Parts: sequence; C-alpha cells; structure tokens
Amino acid sequence: MQQFGDAFAAALGLIVSADSGLGEIVALSLRVSGSAVVLALLLGLPLGALLALYRFPGRGVAIVGVNALMGLPPVVVGLVVYLMFSRSGPLGVFGLLYSPSAMIIAQLALVLPIIAALSRQHIEDLWGEYGDQLRSFGSSRWRAVPTLLWEGRISLLTVVLAGFGRAIAEVGAVMIVGGNIDHYTRVMTTAISLETSKGDLPLALGLGVVLLLLSLAVNTGLTLARATTVRQAG
Amino acid sequence: MRGSGRGSGILPLSIDGVSVSLAGRRVLDNISLTIPQGERTVVLGPNGAGKTTLLRLCHGLLPPDSGELDWQGPEAIHRRQRQAMVFQRPVMLRRSVRANIAHGLKVRRVARRERRARVDEVLEATGLEGFATRPARRLSIGEQQRVAIARAWALAPEVLFLDEPTASLDPGATRAVEILVGLISRAGTTVVLTTQDLAQARRLADRVVFFHGGRALEMAAAESFFARPRSPEARAFIAGDLFWSGAPVSGGREAWVVHER
Repeated sequence: MQQFGDAFAAALGLIVSADSGLGEIVALSLRVSGSAVVLALLLGLPLGALLALYRFPGRGVAIVGVNALMGLPPVVVGLVVYLMFSRSGPLGVFGLLYSPSAMIIAQLALVLPIIAALSRQHIEDLWGEYGDQLRSFGSSRWRAVPTLLWEGRISLLTVVLAGFGRAIAEVGAVMIVGGNIDHYTRVMTTAISLETSKGDLPLALGLGVVLLLLSLAVNTGLTLARATTVRQAG
Repeated sequence: MRGSGRGSGILPLSIDGVSVSLAGRRVLDNISLTIPQGERTVVLGPNGAGKTTLLRLCHGLLPPDSGELDWQGPEAIHRRQRQAMVFQRPVMLRRSVRANIAHGLKVRRVARRERRARVDEVLEATGLEGFATRPARRLSIGEQQRVAIARAWALAPEVLFLDEPTASLDPGATRAVEILVGLISRAGTTVVLTTQDLAQARRLADRVVFFHGGRALEMAAAESFFARPRSPEARAFIAGDLFWSGAPVSGGREAWVVHER
C-alpha cells in the first residue's frame, strides 16, 4: 500500500509538472483514437443508415454480422492488421506497420462495428417514429438520413462515446501493429503495460490517472452537450 | 395564405374498388368513392373502421392490394407534392417551431427566400408567431397539432388529409384545430378529415363518408346523411348505439363483432 501511495504521489507530480514524455504519449493516444473514431463515423453512419432503411437479400445476416463484430477481441484485430501490413502481406507495400497509421486502421476496425451497429438500431427506431411524416413531406429514404441523424443526435453522442471508449482503452491491437516505439507509436495503454512490467509504477499510474481523467472529461463534455441540446430542442 | 390554383388540379380523386389487407386482416374492403375538389369531406366511423388506412392509401403511403386510385392530370411524380397530411399523433422534429415548418419546404426544394416568406405567412395566419422560436417538442399536444397543421399548410397543398387531428385533445385545443381547419378550407384547400366524433363531423362536414368494418357504407351531403342515414350501422352510430366487442365468433377465431342494441 505504501508503494501505491508513493507511486500515486509521483504520478500526480508528473501530471502537475506537465511532464513532456507524458504529454507526448497522451497527445498520440488522442490523435490515434480520435482519428479512428472520426473515420469510423464517416463510414459507420452511412453503413448503419443503409442497414436500417434498405431491404436487400442478406440484410438480416449483415446485421447479425455487424452486431457480432462489436465483440471483436483487439488482439485478433491487431493480428489480422499485422498480417495484412507485414512486409509479405497483401498491403505490405505501403510500409505502414509500426506506424500511427497502422494503429488508426486497427482501431478503426474495432470502432466501426460499434458505430454501424448502434447507429443502425437508432436510425431504424427513428424511421419508425418519423417515417410516415418524412415521406409525407416528400423525403426519399436517402434524403431522410441527414434528418434522422440530426433528430437522433442526442443518442448518437452516446454511440460516439462508446466508440471512443473502446478505442482509447484497448491495448492489444495498438501493441501488435504499433510496436510501442518510444516517441513514435507509444500510447497510454501500451506505455502503462510496458512501465508496469519494468516496475516504473509512477509513470504507469500517472498514465492511468490521465486515462481516467480523460474519460471523465469526455463524458462530462458530452453530458453537458446533451443537456444543452435537450434544453434547446426538447 | 393563398390556396392552390384551381382548374388544372389533381382533384377529384376517384377510388375504384380498392382493397387493402394488413397483417392478414382485410382493412379496406372494395372501396369506391370520390373526393371532390373544394369540399370538406369528413370520413366518419368507429375505431378500426379503416379510416386511417384510407388516408394513408390516398396519400400514397400505402399501396392498394387491388383496385385503382385515379388522380386528375398527367404528372404522376408531382402528385405527392400537391398533397399534405397531418397524423393523429403529431410528429415534431427536435427543433424550433419555425424550423419544423421550414423543413417540409426544404425537402421540397423551395428556395431559402421563398421558404422564409412562406413560413412567416403561415405563422401569422395560424396565430403561431408567438411560438416561432420555441422547441416544438416542448409544446403541449394541442399546440403541437396546430404546428403540424400549419406545417402541412405551408406546403400549399391542393388537398390536406387530417387523420383524427383532435383525437387526443381537450375541448379548447379541439376548437383551435377546428378553426384552423376552417381557415385552410376557406383559403381554397380541399380538406379530408377522419373522425369518430359525431359532433365534430356535424360542425365540419360538407360531405360525409361513413366507414364501418373496412367498407364505405354511405357517401352523402352532410345534411342528408345526418337527417336520413340509410344504413342500419350509420343509424346506430348516430344514435350512439354502435359499439365494438371483442367477443370471439364461433370457430374460436378472434374477431371484432358488431352488436346492435
């Protein structure tokens, strides 16, 4: 317990003194996970809308598939992306392995099913509620998509949060495809893992505290945004 | 608020031998009727008679299983653009009243400047200016229904379908909605309204179509319908004696049976 106390004090020291090594790691984490979530939104929302609003052969299978992919183990994603981008893999020519780009791709694969599956559910429910009215206005299903996304903005914020939470907290995928290279691909989770095994508990704990604070900040921000939206738009 | 031009319109609508089944139940059974231009047609009947299905069919939200709907004029694509519908439960978008009214116009690609002018016009004509910036979902249900009607009217429809617009409203809100319907009708829009409220039908109808069990049993001018209903069902309904019971008929099949006392 003594050790924990010392480590915790040292951790706070690192945070308060704005340690540059710590800052670099936090910044890369935010960049990688943020990019993955933005890309996942760009791909996942249209995919969710497609699955929600269109009837086509194999739709049921596709929905079950996307839902199942929400539970993908990060290490498996890491392994697959590793195989794809390794020197002899099909995408090896791009030379992306052990780079932040490979980490973004791996996290994208983890977050995309979450965004697509949850937004599919929300959009389908919204279409049930608004469909007749929007069709009465003359909206096609495609024209209705931006309207439905905007109507569902409050619940979709939660979807974004779920995706970001998944990305920022996972360690398996970024460890395999990023390699935890100092000053290049080291993010919070891989650093915590490494420092713990090295016995440098203050840095590991400091990063852990930052991770928690970050999660708290993002959640608080979104809760405030939601309260504002509800107040303004009912 | 101007009405739509007459002459080259889409009305009258003639419905010829239309049947619709939903989930295995025949909801509309061989309906033939005409919706003339410029009149207030009230579709009257008890719950489950098929009134809502009729409006959804007319508005193109539901295809007929058999039979035909004949609108006037050649421009099939633009027909929906010349109609509007108000639903029993108002569907308000999560935005201001003004943005709600503007949305329908936006979908129909009305240019921004004209959109603004029309929204102002309709807000003023319906007495909703005071609500313009309020979040629509925060209004009372009666106010929401007035916004829904204003929103439909802003589309300058030739024909406006209203599906039991006052079913869940108190008498004051019902009165406000009826005034609005009168206003829209006088401005030249053909109104088709469903109701189960006999008094409302008496107040609003030029013509009555009486629905029962998925069939249009009577079509008549309002005075003659109320003075001399021809079918026993309509007579019972007007006398307040027609009611529904969930008792299963012989054979054990669950069905709705009409009783006459």
